Amino acid sequence: MKPAAFNYKKPSTLTGVLELLRESGEDSNILAGGQSLMPTLNMRLSAPSLLIDINGVDELFGISVTDNTVRIGSMTRHAELEKSSVISEHIPLINAAMPYIAHPAIRNRGTIGGSLALADPAAELPACLCALRGFVEMTSTSATRKVEAKDFFRALYETDLKANEIITAIEIPRYDQNYFSFIDELSRRHGDYAMCGLAFHAKIEEKIISDAQIVFFAVEAKPIIAVTAMRELEGAKISDVSLEVLQGAVGNDLDPFGDLHASATLKLHYAKELIKRAITSGITSG
Amino acid sequence: MDNIEQIKINTVVNGEKVEAFVEPRLSLVDFLRNELELTGSHVGCEHGVCGACSIQVDGSVVRGCLMLASQADGADVISIEGASDAGIVADLQKAFHERNALQCGFCTPGMLLTSSELLDQKKNPTRAEIREYLSGNYCRCTGYEAIIDAVETVAIDRAGSSHNGKS
Repeated sequence: MKPAAFNYKKPSTLTGVLELLRESGEDSNILAGGQSLMPTLNMRLSAPSLLIDINGVDELFGISVTDNTVRIGSMTRHAELEKSSVISEHIPLINAAMPYIAHPAIRNRGTIGGSLALADPAAELPACLCALRGFVEMTSTSATRKVEAKDFFRALYETDLKANEIITAIEIPRYDQNYFSFIDELSRRHGDYAMCGLAFHAKIEEKIISDAQIVFFAVEAKPIIAVTAMRELEGAKISDVSLEVLQGAVGNDLDPFGDLHASATLKLHYAKELIKRAITSGITSG
Repeated sequence: MDNIEQIKINTVVNGEKVEAFVEPRLSLVDFLRNELELTGSHVGCEHGVCGACSIQVDGSVVRGCLMLASQADGADVISIEGASDAGIVADLQKAFHERNALQCGFCTPGMLLTSSELLDQKKNPTRAEIREYLSGNYCRCTGYEAIIDAVETVAIDRAGSSHNGKS
């Protein structure tokens, strides 16, 4: 189908975008990579009167590193994250997530800010950002604020982002070389939406696990931080982890919803399989 | 809705400068097909799933149905017509033909542009890598085996000829 008619503006500055957004309110949509927005417009699930294209705002693009953090402009495309040596060196979890995100042509356009703003429950990046304890920077005409990922995702497709704000950047702490990253998901075909996924991040030093972050996606309305399972791992020797106990803890942490592709029971089964794979991979990685 | 402003775009399509006024909601693939009569890019699902509308924009293959014509302002656009005329995909076209890797041909332009991007990035892809790279392009006739054979043949041929060139 073709989208309903809309107007289109492409400001070249952030101020220009924010002013347009303030004037137009909820009648407008921000066009970032468009890889989720355009399908909803084409199917007429949404019919805004104005699209504000932010592809012309240079300051929203690019990756930079400071002593403590990696800062990723919200318009940085998945393909750039996939190829970036800064990302693979400092936050390999994001790098490892890329092949799971749709297909190459989608990654050539899709952006990290767009993915976070949409907050699809089956998306990889919201879960990764939670596992990395990153921050989302949001800007309006009056203020800039940062919110930690776990507080940013609120409900199904619902985030802390207000109608007069856009995501301007993502900040992720730099972790040392002792951190282990793992991401895996189960889907019907490569590039399809996950039926269940896991982003795992932990320090493994001399085989002892600390600071573990276990975040499941595509199981509930938003990324789920598996706190009971994380407690089970704290201070444990990785080769001595009882998978049975850990999988039991995952069962306590999750209350999956069933969907067209997988029932709640199946999703829970997959979640337990994925945590097993994470631990196994952690053991082999040394 | 009233007062829809047409957007003026300047773009280069297959090496030729194009200046046009477009309706904001017009997709890039509809612009190529309906305004420029470049009908090699096909419109399938119109929501980014099938890959039939693949177009190269500023060097990257994108979904022509998920990009607006207005967003092509200032861009360098290459459709299958341009890639074909320039000979960039000639060996792929020949291999697809010889291996019978197309039947109705609807998916073929997208398959060719996507395979071409893969081979530009990776000289010796495995069959699994070819399959994964093409996973966003649907074929409903031949199945994928012949397509992967054809791409693999070209990868091997190109690797061989560049090796010969060096020695």
